[in-house]
Amino acid sequence: MRYTPHTPSDQEQMLRTIGIGSIEELYQHIPETLRNRAKIELPGGLTELAVRRRLAALASNNATATDWSFFLGGGIYHHFIPSAVDTVISRSEFATSYTPYQPEVSQGTLQALFEYQTLICQLTGMEISNAGVYDGASAAAEAVLMSRRIQPMSRRRVLMSRALHPHYRAVITTYLRNLDDMQLDEIPFDASGATDVTELTRKLDHQSMCVIVGYPNFFGIIENLAPIQTACAGKGAQLVIVTPEPLALGLLKPPGAWGADIAVGEGQSLGVPMTLGGPGFGFFASQKKFVRSLPGRLVGETVDTEGRRGFVLTLATREQHIRREKATSNICTSQTLCTLASTVFMSLLGKSGMRRLAEVNVSRAHDARDRLVSRPQLEACFSGAFFNEFVLRARNLESLLQRCAAARIVPGVPLGQWYPELDDCLLICVTEMNEREEIERLVGVIGD
Amino acid sequence: MSESSAIKPQSEASAPRLLFESGSPGRSSFYWPAESEKGQTTIPGEFLREDIPGFPELGELEVLRHFTRLSHRNFAIESQFYPLGSCTMKYNPKVNEVVARLPGFAQIHPLAPIEILQGAMELLYDLERILIEISGMDCISLQPSAGAQGELTGLMLIRACLTEKGNPRKKIIVPDTAHGTNPASSTLCGYDVVQISSTARGVIDTATVAKVMDEDVAAIMITNPNTLGLFERDIEAIAAVVHQKGGLVYLDGANLNALMGVAKPGHMGVDVLHMNLHKTFSTPHGGGGPGAGPVAVKEGLSEYLPVPRIVKQNDKFELLEDCPKSIGRVRSFFGNFGILVRAYTYIISLGREGLEESSRMALLNANYIRKKLEKGYQIAYGEPCMHECIFTDRLQHKYGVNTLDIAKRLLDYGFHPPTIYFPLVVSGALMIEPTETETPEMLDAFVEAMLAIAQEAKENPDVVKNAPHSTPVKRLDEARAARKPILRWDPGQGGAE
Repeated sequence: MRYTPHTPSDQEQMLRTIGIGSIEELYQHIPETLRNRAKIELPGGLTELAVRRRLAALASNNATATDWSFFLGGGIYHHFIPSAVDTVISRSEFATSYTPYQPEVSQGTLQALFEYQTLICQLTGMEISNAGVYDGASAAAEAVLMSRRIQPMSRRRVLMSRALHPHYRAVITTYLRNLDDMQLDEIPFDASGATDVTELTRKLDHQSMCVIVGYPNFFGIIENLAPIQTACAGKGAQLVIVTPEPLALGLLKPPGAWGADIAVGEGQSLGVPMTLGGPGFGFFASQKKFVRSLPGRLVGETVDTEGRRGFVLTLATREQHIRREKATSNICTSQTLCTLASTVFMSLLGKSGMRRLAEVNVSRAHDARDRLVSRPQLEACFSGAFFNEFVLRARNLESLLQRCAAARIVPGVPLGQWYPELDDCLLICVTEMNEREEIERLVGVIGD
Repeated sequence: MSESSAIKPQSEASAPRLLFESGSPGRSSFYWPAESEKGQTTIPGEFLREDIPGFPELGELEVLRHFTRLSHRNFAIESQFYPLGSCTMKYNPKVNEVVARLPGFAQIHPLAPIEILQGAMELLYDLERILIEISGMDCISLQPSAGAQGELTGLMLIRACLTEKGNPRKKIIVPDTAHGTNPASSTLCGYDVVQISSTARGVIDTATVAKVMDEDVAAIMITNPNTLGLFERDIEAIAAVVHQKGGLVYLDGANLNALMGVAKPGHMGVDVLHMNLHKTFSTPHGGGGPGAGPVAVKEGLSEYLPVPRIVKQNDKFELLEDCPKSIGRVRSFFGNFGILVRAYTYIISLGREGLEESSRMALLNANYIRKKLEKGYQIAYGEPCMHECIFTDRLQHKYGVNTLDIAKRLLDYGFHPPTIYFPLVVSGALMIEPTETETPEMLDAFVEAMLAIAQEAKENPDVVKNAPHSTPVKRLDEARAARKPILRWDPGQGGAE
C-alpha cells in the first residue's frame, strides 16, 4: 500500500520549485554517520488484500466473546452496543479531526464533549466532569494527585482499599512512587467482600489525604459508602470513589449522593468494545469547588460575537501547553472518540434504558449465582450485595477451569494472581450478553 | 420550549439543541423486556437510586440526526487539508479501521487465559520488534496510552535506573522549544525543570547543555527533529556531555515521522524514546484521542520497563509479571490495543520502502510549502526544514493583522489553520506540517489561500481581523467561558438559547 500521491513528475517539479536536484539534498545537514545506518530492515509493503488476510489470520487465533462463553469482567465488560454507536464514531468528521483548538470549526466535537460532561455528571451525581482521561486506572491515579493539590501539605497519606481493582492499585503505586512526600496504605476487606470500615476508621488520622474505594469494588460488591464517608469527613480526608463498571450507576445510588469529593472510573462498559482492554476511557468527576485543580481537558459554554451559543476548550491555564511544569497534569488527550461512543450509547439507552439494562444485569447475575452455589463444588466467598459480578470459591479450581476450557467457556477470572488468600476463587461476571442457556451450560459443565 | 422557538426556521447552519433540550419524557429507543425481579430485592433499597435526573429521552433517529448534524460542524482530515504543525494530520487509512473491528480483536477480553489470546500476543510481540527496528532501540513497552504518558513512563524508567545507582538526582533539562508535556511530565515524576534556550539557528548547542549539566541532572529531554522542524544536529555531542556526567538522554519521538530511513534515534546516543503511534503511524486522532505512546529503551534500562512483558517461549507467547526492578504498571491491561492494531496494519501495509517513502515525501511537501510561502510571509529560521516549517506574522504586523487573524481567515478559505503561537520561542508562530499524504495541487491551493490572505491584510485588513465569516459560529468569547465556567447543561442555570 502507498498513501503518498506523488508521481515522479510531481516530485521533479517540486524539487525544481525548491531549487534542489534531489530529495537527498534535504537531508544533507544530518550527520552522515546517522544516515548511513538508517535503513529499516523490514519486509516490503503488502497489498490491501494481503494485509487483510494477515490480520484476519492473527484475529482468528484469539477466542472471541461470540465463539466462546465468557463470564469475564474485572474492569472490562461485555455489553451490547447498539449499531448506531459505531455509525456515529465511524464518521470521519469525528474520527479524523484533531483536538478542538479551533472552536469555529470544531463545534461538533465540542458540543458532544459538553454533552458527555453533562451525562457523566448526571450518572455520577457529581457537579462537574472533565472531557475524559486514559482509563479507569490512570483516572484513579490522577484523582489521588488532584487530592494532593487540594489538601494541605500536612496530609499526604492515601488509604486505598485492597478491594480496589489490582491494576488500579498498581498504577496508583507507580504514579506515587516518585513523589517523596506521599505515603500509601492499604485497607483490608472483610468477610462481606467490602472495605473493612473498622480498620479504615482506625487508620484514618489528621495526616490522611484521601480514601479511595471501588463502587462496585473489584469483587463486584456494592460498598456501603455511608460509614466510609462519615469516617472520612470526621478526619478531614477526601473520599475518592472508583467505578470500573458504570452501568451499575443506572441503578445504584451515585457517588455524588454518597458525598464523594472525586468520582472516577472506566467508561468502556458504556458503548466501547472490549478490545483487549483498550482503548476505553477514564471518566473523571468532582465537586465544583475543585474545578481549578482538575486534570485534563474541559469544555465550556460561551457565545460568539453575534451572541450565539457555542463551546470552547476552557480553563486551559491548568494545562501543560500553557502552564508547562506548573500544570495540574501532563495529560493532553481525552480519549475523545471513546467518550463520543459512550455519549451516543447513553443517549440511545436514555433514562429508562440505562436502568433497564442495569436491572437485567442484576437479575441474570443473581440468577446465575444462585444456580452455581447450589453445586457442591462451589460456594459463595463473600456475603455483600453485588451488581453483576461475584466471587465463588471452587473445590478444585484447576480441574474446573480445564473442563470449562474444553467446552469453550471461560467461567471467570482466577483471583490468586492478586490475592493469595483467594487462590481457589473465581470472579464471575454475568451480563445481558450471557443468555440463560449459556448459564445452564456452565452449570452443567461444573456439575460433571 | 416556547412556541416562537418551535416555528423558527431550522437551517443546517443552526446549532442542534443539546441532547437534554430535545425528546420527551418516557421516550427511549432501547427495547429490552423486563426479566425476573431477582437481585433487585436482594440489593438493599438504601443502595438504589430513584432516577437519573436530566438524562436523555430520545428516539434512535433523533439521536442519529443529532450527531450527524454535529458532525457537519467539524473540520476533519477527510474533508479539509489540516496542516497542523507537530500534530501530523496524515491520512488515516480505512483498512486500519476495518481490521481493528474484526471480532478477533474487538471482542476479546484482557483477562481471558493467555492461551486463547495468542493472535493478539503475536501482533503485540511483532509490533514491538518492528518499532525497535524503526527506532534503533533495544527494548520496548506498548503500554502507555498516549505520548504524554509515554514521557512520564520514560522518566520513571530513568528515575528507577538512577535510584538503583544510588541517586535519582533532581533535575531535567528541557529546551525552550519543547512540547509543554515535557516539563509537565518532569514535575509529575518528581523532578525540577531546567529550561535552556535554543540558539538563533533554532537548535540547542552543546555548550549550552554543558553549562547546566551537572551531577544533579537526571536527564535531558530532546525532541528531534525539534518543534521548529529542525534537526538537532549536535545531538550526539550533547548526548556525550550528558552521559559523561552520569545523566541520560530522553528523546521525544513526536516527530519520528520525519526520520524513517533517514536516521535512527538509537544511533544518536538516546537512552529512552517514546513514539506517538497516532502521528507517525497513521491512527486517527479522534478529536483528541485515543492514541498510543510506546516507550523504547536501550538494553541497560530494559529491566525497569512496565509489566507485563510479552515473551516468546517454544513458539508460545506468555506474560512475564515477575520483574522485580520494573516500575510497575502505568495503565490497566495492555494499553490501547485497538490503536496498536491500526499502527501495526499501517506498518505492514507500507513495509520498508513505504515507510521510508513517507518520510521523504513529508520532507518534500514541507520544503515545497516553505519555499512557496516565503513570497508572502516571514520565515522564522533560515535552516532547511524537515517535516514542518514555521512562519510568523511579522510582515502583517504593520497592517494590524496577527497570527490569530490569519488562522481564522484560513477557515473561510476552507483550510484548517496551522498550529499557532507554538513553539513559544517564535513570536506569532504559524507552524505548518503538510504531511506526505497531500498532493502538490492541495499544497498549491493552500499556498494560494495564504498569499491571498497576505494580500487582504494589506488591502482590506478588516476582512482578516473579523474572520471567520463563513463558519457555523464566529469567534467565540473564550474569556467569558473561563471567567464564569459553564461546564455542563443545567436547567437551573437556564443556559443560553
